[in-house]
Amino acid sequence: MNWQKISKAQMLKTLSVLLVAGLFVFLLPVDFSANLSDIGTNAANASEKAAEGATEGATEDGEASPFAPAPKTTLASYPTVDGVNSRVAVWLVAQLHLWFAAFVLAVPIFVFIIEAIGMKTRDQRYDNMAYEFIKVSITAYSLTAILGGLLGFLLILFYPDLWGYLSTIFKDTMFWYAMLFFAESACLYLYYYGWHWLQGGNRKWVHLTLGLLLNAVGTMLMFLANAWLTFMMSPEGVDPSGVFSGEIWHALQNHLWNPINLHRVVANVAFGGSIVGAYAAFKFLSSTEPSQRAHYDWVGYNANFIAISALLPLPFAGYYLTTEIYAYSQQMGITLMGGIFAWLFIIQAVLIGSLFLSANYYLWCCMGRSEGAVRYNKYIKYIAIVIVGAFLVWFTPHTLVLTNEELKALGGPYHKYVGPFGIMPAKNTAVNLMILATYVSFLFYRRANKVATVSWVNAGNAMQVALFTAGVVNIFILGIYYGYFTNTVYKIAASIPQVCTTLVVIVASIVIDAFIYKGSKEVGPLKWGRVPERSQYALFLLAVSFTWLMGLMGYIRSGIRQHWHVVDIMRDNSADAFTPTMGFAANVVSAGAVIFLSMVIFVFWLSQISSKKTDPKGYWTPQAEKPTATMGAE
Amino acid sequence: MKNFIKVCFFSLLVIGLFAGFANFGVPRIEPAPPPTEEKVDLGSLTMDQFIALGERVYKGKGTCTLCHNNLGRAPLLEKAAGVSEARMKDPKYKGEADSIESYLLESMVKPSAYVVAGFGKKGTNDTVSPMPDVSAGSIGMNDVEIAAVLAYLQDLGGVEVTVEIPSDAGEAAEDDEEEEQRKPYETVEDIISEVGCGACHKIGEDEGENGPDLTDIGAERDAAHIRKSILDPNAEISDGFEPDLMPQDYGTQLYAQELEMLVDYLAKSK
Repeated sequence: MNWQKISKAQMLKTLSVLLVAGLFVFLLPVDFSANLSDIGTNAANASEKAAEGATEGATEDGEASPFAPAPKTTLASYPTVDGVNSRVAVWLVAQLHLWFAAFVLAVPIFVFIIEAIGMKTRDQRYDNMAYEFIKVSITAYSLTAILGGLLGFLLILFYPDLWGYLSTIFKDTMFWYAMLFFAESACLYLYYYGWHWLQGGNRKWVHLTLGLLLNAVGTMLMFLANAWLTFMMSPEGVDPSGVFSGEIWHALQNHLWNPINLHRVVANVAFGGSIVGAYAAFKFLSSTEPSQRAHYDWVGYNANFIAISALLPLPFAGYYLTTEIYAYSQQMGITLMGGIFAWLFIIQAVLIGSLFLSANYYLWCCMGRSEGAVRYNKYIKYIAIVIVGAFLVWFTPHTLVLTNEELKALGGPYHKYVGPFGIMPAKNTAVNLMILATYVSFLFYRRANKVATVSWVNAGNAMQVALFTAGVVNIFILGIYYGYFTNTVYKIAASIPQVCTTLVVIVASIVIDAFIYKGSKEVGPLKWGRVPERSQYALFLLAVSFTWLMGLMGYIRSGIRQHWHVVDIMRDNSADAFTPTMGFAANVVSAGAVIFLSMVIFVFWLSQISSKKTDPKGYWTPQAEKPTATMGAE
Repeated sequence: MKNFIKVCFFSLLVIGLFAGFANFGVPRIEPAPPPTEEKVDLGSLTMDQFIALGERVYKGKGTCTLCHNNLGRAPLLEKAAGVSEARMKDPKYKGEADSIESYLLESMVKPSAYVVAGFGKKGTNDTVSPMPDVSAGSIGMNDVEIAAVLAYLQDLGGVEVTVEIPSDAGEAAEDDEEEEQRKPYETVEDIISEVGCGACHKIGEDEGENGPDLTDIGAERDAAHIRKSILDPNAEISDGFEPDLMPQDYGTQLYAQELEMLVDYLAKSK
């Protein structure tokens, strides 16, 4: 077949048939549950065996339920393999799978947006950058699938009762998950391999639609997997003994499902942006050609922009998740924020501080690309002071670890002056100020190469100053008054108006600035590539910090279940049914991060060698020229 | 290649710093093991011991103090028994209790029967309590433990303790048969290591700082005082240290012989 001669109409028709056929398969209202009963038999047998002796599940109206209660396990219910710690093995593989999954789900989101920007602006650089991003993620996709499969095997091997119980409830969604995986693969391969084929006119629209489908399917995949894990945290659709009601939607839409969905989508984009930023930084450092350095400087800037854009709303998604954890179970919420895990939020503060400092430092370095940036240099030190100050407040622990002599000298574990910074209202205030300061860095970067031409520029700037002043004052009042002079209920509740204040200030400032710089003049062409090499290490710091932070938060999210596989329903009776210490968790996360980053480097290397060609002189026997027409369809 | 090595070194350094801070920058806390039911010989318990059992459950397995503390998360329970009769007459009351004992029991297993103003679930106008049923779920107290906590709350509230000590352990004994009997520790070093004294105290080669230095405790305290401090750590708090940091259940964690070995060792540490 001569692909060159296919008409546009034929191509669209073929693609339409493929898409409709695909949608038909995915939306087919077939009850697969009956046919699936055999698939989960082996795992379910283990569940039934463990539940032997337990009373048969019964529905509310007294009829016997086809579902058994949650298995009551004993130490013997957990198979062991010599030399392998089952919990650490599952933990590491699950975390690696999550890192790669986050990366391959995030990259198509911003690739789709970048491709759309390229289409809108007709600037091919965006299209090339989007292609480069998706090229990087294509090998990571295979690794995600391999690690997901390995995780499944490990769960069946080491936790057969848990797997049996979960697969009995979620068997339908597990089937759909597998089907969606095919759809995801089809969309990704068409999207990637068809990139240069589907260029121009309607073809480009078809390609963009494939990108949209890829994202839709990927997001559905993640939401399904999220439901399984949130069911373990906030089970619904089951009675107190774990007997499933049969309503899969109730089990899926459990209390923490949507908060986790939202948090993961935002965090994935931030994480994916940071990893691509590290890729661009490495290419920048490795390049000697000025044009290459300029290109990868531009790519790194865009990747950092994506990461920071998602980082700014991330604490708010975290608040929402935490609020819902409290709403579901106050006990779980207090375990998270006031119990053993409270100290982890001090470690988290160090990581978040690293993220904000590196992101801001990168932006300040990037201002060197414009001659006009000098106007804003004098303000940078104040932004730095605010960020470091806010970081120190967040870093202040609630109680202090002291020697006996220090305790006696201090009169207790709380410092007279620093102590008040240890509680949440101070930290909420700090993080909102840190976000605003980061936004101001970005505002200065955006303004650096522009000169406003509107007549009311001074009034506009005064409005901006007034807006930020009012916002900061409001954040302080909310933090201090409600944080220290009311009871605990208001302390937590005050964080919401603080967040709203920050969002209003940022959105209003963007609108005001857009009007101020409408029709503005450029100071000069931006000098891409004119950034110090140390700025690229800020991008590496961002990527490594994100990776480590995700691992740490994974430990916390899973750890607040404590000695339960499924909270209040199925108890963990394995030898590892205890919460590991923070030091141990940090070591596992560090080992995982090193493995992940090594694999990412391998993926980057693969993407590089795929475009290299070696000409082995004298290796191949010279052949007589043959007409190309004999090679096939041509 | 030079850049590759530099980037790898930088990344490893950052990971190492994070790991180092998590290991050495924050307190090394050993999370409590999963809760287990306390073995009790109900036949030989006095009411004072039963109330003490209730206090241990209240502060331990029951996790009541997570919320019922002075941080304002839930009402303080010092006066709960004393105000029970007034609560039962309150128009907001939705329960069926007719005595202080049954009211307190109801508040533990059906907490929404009466919700103290300002402590209801958000958006429910104080009609639904955020407190879980203590007899189910992750707390899962058995009948004996609930009765013991009731006795403790009555005692705490200064009213007559009407709860009777159950005649049999019921569910309390149910799981005991499944639990394997632990072998006694053979040396005092094993006891110190397994119990984790060194996490908080300076003892042997450990350098814990959250509790008093025990390296020469025998020079200051006699055996009886040391024994009492192990069994009831809050009875007397040394200057500069916080109450409630030391577990209250060593009396049940340790066998009598082990307790005496430990007391003897500490009394001789001069």
